[in-house]
Amino acid sequence: MTTVKDVARYVRSKNAGPFWVTLEIFCDTKEDYEKIKNSKNITAKKIAELYSAEERKVKSFYVDNINVIKFSFPRSTPQGHKYENDMHSGQQYILLANTEI
Amino acid sequence: MKSCRILMPTGGLGSGINQESFDRGMSMNPDVIAIDGGSTDSGPASLACGQCKYSRPMLEHDLRIAVIGGMKAGIPVLVGSCGTSGTNSTVDECVDIVEEIFVKEGFKGRIAKVYSQQDPEMLKKKWDEGKIHALEGAPEITKEVFDECENIVALMGAEPFIQAMKDGADVVLCGRATDTGIIAAMPLMMGCDTAAAWHGAKTVECGSQCTDGAGGDGVFLVVDEKGFYVTPLQEGVHCTPYTISAHLLYENVDPFRLTEPSGSILAEDAVYTQVDDYTVYVTGTKFEHAKQYTMKLEGASVMGYQNISLVGIADTKVMVDPEQWIRNISDHVSKHITKIGISPDEYSFNFKAYGYNAVIAGPVPEGTPAPRELGILLTVTAATQERATQIAKIFNPFLLHYPADFKTQLPSFAFPFSPVDCPRGRTYEFRLHHVVDVDDPLELVQFEYIDL
Repeated sequence: MTTVKDVARYVRSKNAGPFWVTLEIFCDTKEDYEKIKNSKNITAKKIAELYSAEERKVKSFYVDNINVIKFSFPRSTPQGHKYENDMHSGQQYILLANTEI
Repeated sequence: MKSCRILMPTGGLGSGINQESFDRGMSMNPDVIAIDGGSTDSGPASLACGQCKYSRPMLEHDLRIAVIGGMKAGIPVLVGSCGTSGTNSTVDECVDIVEEIFVKEGFKGRIAKVYSQQDPEMLKKKWDEGKIHALEGAPEITKEVFDECENIVALMGAEPFIQAMKDGADVVLCGRATDTGIIAAMPLMMGCDTAAAWHGAKTVECGSQCTDGAGGDGVFLVVDEKGFYVTPLQEGVHCTPYTISAHLLYENVDPFRLTEPSGSILAEDAVYTQVDDYTVYVTGTKFEHAKQYTMKLEGASVMGYQNISLVGIADTKVMVDPEQWIRNISDHVSKHITKIGISPDEYSFNFKAYGYNAVIAGPVPEGTPAPRELGILLTVTAATQERATQIAKIFNPFLLHYPADFKTQLPSFAFPFSPVDCPRGRTYEFRLHHVVDVDDPLELVQFEYIDL
């Protein structure tokens, strides 16, 4: 099984303001980038499933010039709500990194 | 050709300015020192309490370096989003520090206090006029939200900084502003390219985050009539077309379109050129002026009081299925609380199993090995601190002894503290992700000046 982290240089996640989370997959080469970009499994639908987000609200961006794939989605609860598990969403990338391409 | 030279000495006021990098920046003849002090990244507490997330000695350290540098060189120092949240109280804290520096150093000059905290009554009027709009991903609100928030701030653009500089301020201490507005102000005032001023500002807003260094240091920005240059201040660190273009992705929903109060930065066609080992020049950005000037609103309110308890568990029987243990203790203690006459409506609680699934919530993947030990964090929330603490204390004996099965002697789990429970005061929540239409960029902004 080949996962995102096996192909990408690194994967990161971060809050984008208090109501959104954003994920980025950085690839070293065009070939690696295309491999993930063309994967039938690395899609907005998959992101929605991994992060309990609404699929229609997941935004996908393909930044061809720097080989980066980016997904953004609204958080289900605002950042820092009473039972927050990751204030900066900085650890949430691991779910995407471990996903099969 | 017009050009504006900007020293951006740190990614965040209070996180530490490096004197050596700062001096290198000053030797590059800046026209202005621009510093961002704000963030919502640490959660709603700073805004709700009107307190800086950094310590006062660190604010003093950073402001001292910047103000002394600026005053000696005769260039303005612009600080936006003073004290993390940019509430009036955090602006005043920075004003207090800068006044002390002026007195101590014998500086003569003008300090601008620029406020953007908002009155709930005025916002309710704007709401009735249909001038407040939800951004994508915003929570549902009613008019009551404006009264429920402890503090509400509106994000300023570049215009208030420009106004304060035109009024002769040497040090401008602003409430909540967009990170970019602080940095774009001087190049816009000097007549440099609008798109380059905004895109350049966006690029350097986190300091050396846009370099190949580890971050936390400063950068130097030059905006001219066609584009902008970015160069690091830290030795051995570089800007490359990759690091500069990749920074546009950071903490943004959309990497191609970035919205500011006065319009949007369109960076898709930007061209990044390496000009020397350290510096990148960027051209080709577009700026789309908005038909309506808007200010983003941030507001946070109190959502109750909390009490937290931490217990360590190494018992292998619990490790077989930590979630089952959490479900069992939750059910058991909830029933017990109801029995003694406290309604479930009066409180809520949450368990996090650190070492298992506290950080990445939800079920663990099949085949995950049992952890060696767990840190179990219990958080209780109620309308009063007294109630939250009472509920936590009802949990205490069960956190100590609740077994995975009742067939053997009761275990005693590992408490690190006495008392076990810890009242942690109020808990807060962000309530607004909205913008307000304004007729003039200065409509919701108040200026005061101190002449020393």
